[in-house]
Amino acid sequence: MRRSALLAAALAAALAAAVPASAVEPDEILADPALEARARDLSRGLRCLVCRNESIDESRAPLARDLRLLLRERLVAGDSDEAAIAYIVDRYGEYVLLNPTRQGANLILWLAGPALLVGGVAVAGTYVARRRRAAEPETALTPEEEARLEVLMRGNPGG
Amino acid sequence: MITELGHFALVLALAVALIQATVPLIGAQRRNATWMAVAEPAAVLQVLLLGFAFAALTYAFVNSDFSLRLVVMNSHTDKPLIYKIAGVWGNHEGSLLLWTLILAVYGAAAALFGSNLPATLRARVLAVQGMIGVAFLLFMLLTSNPFLRMETPPFNGDDLNPLLQDLGLALHPPFLYMGYVGLSMAFSFAVAALIEGRVDAAWARWVRPWTLAAWVFLTIGIAMGSWWAYYELGWGGFWFWDPVENASFMPWLIAGALLHSAIVVEKREALKSWTILLAILAFGFSMVGTFIVRSGVITSVHAFANDPERGVFILMILAVFTGGALTLYAARAGALEAKGVFGLVSRESALVANNLLLAVSCFVVFVGTIWPLVAELVWGRKLSVGPPFFDAAFTPFMVALAMLLPFGSMLSWKRADAARTLRPLWPLAVLSVSLGALVWAMQTGRSAIGPVGVILGLWVAGGAVTDLWMRTGRGALAVRLGRLVRLPRADWGKATAHAGLGVTVFAVAAMNAWVVEDIRTVREGGSYPLGGYEVTLVDVREVEGPNYLSTMAELRVTRGGAEVATLFPEKRLYPAAGMPTTEAGIDYGLLRDVYLVLGDPQQAGGWAVRSYIKPFANWLWIGAGLMALGGLVSLSDRRYRVAAGSRRPVAVPAE
Repeated sequence: MRRSALLAAALAAALAAAVPASAVEPDEILADPALEARARDLSRGLRCLVCRNESIDESRAPLARDLRLLLRERLVAGDSDEAAIAYIVDRYGEYVLLNPTRQGANLILWLAGPALLVGGVAVAGTYVARRRRAAEPETALTPEEEARLEVLMRGNPGG
Repeated sequence: MITELGHFALVLALAVALIQATVPLIGAQRRNATWMAVAEPAAVLQVLLLGFAFAALTYAFVNSDFSLRLVVMNSHTDKPLIYKIAGVWGNHEGSLLLWTLILAVYGAAAALFGSNLPATLRARVLAVQGMIGVAFLLFMLLTSNPFLRMETPPFNGDDLNPLLQDLGLALHPPFLYMGYVGLSMAFSFAVAALIEGRVDAAWARWVRPWTLAAWVFLTIGIAMGSWWAYYELGWGGFWFWDPVENASFMPWLIAGALLHSAIVVEKREALKSWTILLAILAFGFSMVGTFIVRSGVITSVHAFANDPERGVFILMILAVFTGGALTLYAARAGALEAKGVFGLVSRESALVANNLLLAVSCFVVFVGTIWPLVAELVWGRKLSVGPPFFDAAFTPFMVALAMLLPFGSMLSWKRADAARTLRPLWPLAVLSVSLGALVWAMQTGRSAIGPVGVILGLWVAGGAVTDLWMRTGRGALAVRLGRLVRLPRADWGKATAHAGLGVTVFAVAAMNAWVVEDIRTVREGGSYPLGGYEVTLVDVREVEGPNYLSTMAELRVTRGGAEVATLFPEKRLYPAAGMPTTEAGIDYGLLRDVYLVLGDPQQAGGWAVRSYIKPFANWLWIGAGLMALGGLVSLSDRRYRVAAGSRRPVAVPAE
């Protein structure tokens, strides 16, 4: 049962991939280069929902093409970058954003690195400070080691 | 028959691994030399058994034995021989067999070349290595047996994923695995040292070559994967911050930190417990990587063989080993007292900063990778964490690392004079910044990434050269040149690897900042300008490959009338797997790649053609190659081969 479901999924994926379409097509490009540049920039931050891990700018899936066209429509209609993105997020959800928002729990994501750095600097700082104060340990050699050292010093230093 | 023998060899290997995991450990505890001596033959026997199992599976693939389920699912009679062989590890079960084989090879290498290790340490290292073997062999036999037969063998197979039918990608997994699994040696040494309760300079000297080798393999493996993505995925991207890429990148970062902290343990007997922790984490992240790839929990372009049940098993292995090792660490790390004393401005402090930045950047990658999972489990939020996050959150740490590197790597041990260390670096700093400013002025209106990349790249690479030159001391030019040649290989390795990092930093920035892109419809015979070049579509034709059909375009690239290259980008269809792939046409050059991709035929006639000028693309692979080469040169230093022998309690004096 599960196998056949998997097989169907694999088949569907293969068919979807086989549909002749590839990332940004010549006919999608807007005449206004400034607007097109904005569209490219924004579409790099939007996820293709049916792909594994691709932006709509890179994806060949038909859905990605629809999203690219939709985004361009909004920009041509005069939307600001934020408004165009908000329009798409309203319809497709937060999942579409490759650049996670800085709201709510996502603050943990954004601040995790800097917080660990601050903590790490504090710990490392204390450690280094302690190392500075620590007394130089005595070089305590056992008699056997002294003897071995003697042998090594007298022998060929390179060996 | 051979298949059954292979299967049987796997079961025997498990039995041997069980013995290797227990008997030497008890022997070491009781100081029983006979019991400890079991480890060596057991480790060697494991390699022979797993090597045989692997050979049996390869035999089945090469002969297209379609009574084996794995061969049916991943092979086809029309496939070229090299990809039949690559098919052995181009799937979950086979790659796991390769994983355990490499694990056994490392174990046997430690057994054979470790004759100068103290007997108890060697027994314990091999026992821990045996435990890892037990876990993964159990995993393989219980959930992912490569030797399962089909009830009714079909006439032909389903073919290997066409994306994987590529030389670069055929070799990418073995290198990555040699890296991942190589870190198991550092892990085993760390656990053994915790059991012994002793970490000293000699310990670090034994651990470092293994870590260095693993890091070199990881570097090569990651670079190969990145190169493959560059030429195969059809738009010249080389890094996607995909969960599976991150899975290999995290151990690479931690292994990089471990390499450096082990130097401090070796030279100065400080940072001991931190180094042990890093060794545990490095292998922990290798297993996290295996979990991410094999469970498919975090979906990605790589998840061709995912299965939640297997994920749970790997998670258990991860929990037992990392959890167990960390518990042991918590109990014993206090006993590892540090000895070396050093000042605030010293090589030791610089290496602490290096470790901090590498560890934190690895943590950022880790959090970003698992965040979608956490957000969904905890808050029910379905969200994505993509390249924009990683670019923003990860890059600052690398910039900081690059800024500190030349200075830090030239500080002297114990107590350094910052002003004196900086003196030879000032001209380089001025040169880097002015070149960056020049580039900034020339490229009006583009992002600051390019100039920053120039500054950092030149600073790091030039810093490596300066470091090497300063090691020759004072005197006449000829004398210094003579000394330069005679410098220890470790010094050369260090400079080469650091220079490689500088080249890589520059190439990443250049490729992001200065790419030229053109997307258009071209009719046969038509031409268009691209950067300073002129591209003509000569024709498009159908070509038949060994196991695929291809639509191949011929594009001529000229500059000022003179021909530069003729490129043949293709679109392939692999009928057995029903999958299309793109093969870009690339003219590789030292300063730029011309990168052409054939799109689809357009309704109004003509073909969609995507064209790119990728500046300094080759520098990326050169940079990665230099890093790996630096590691190898350092590995060949005679100090590892000769002086690693005896365990002396005296720290090597600071240089």
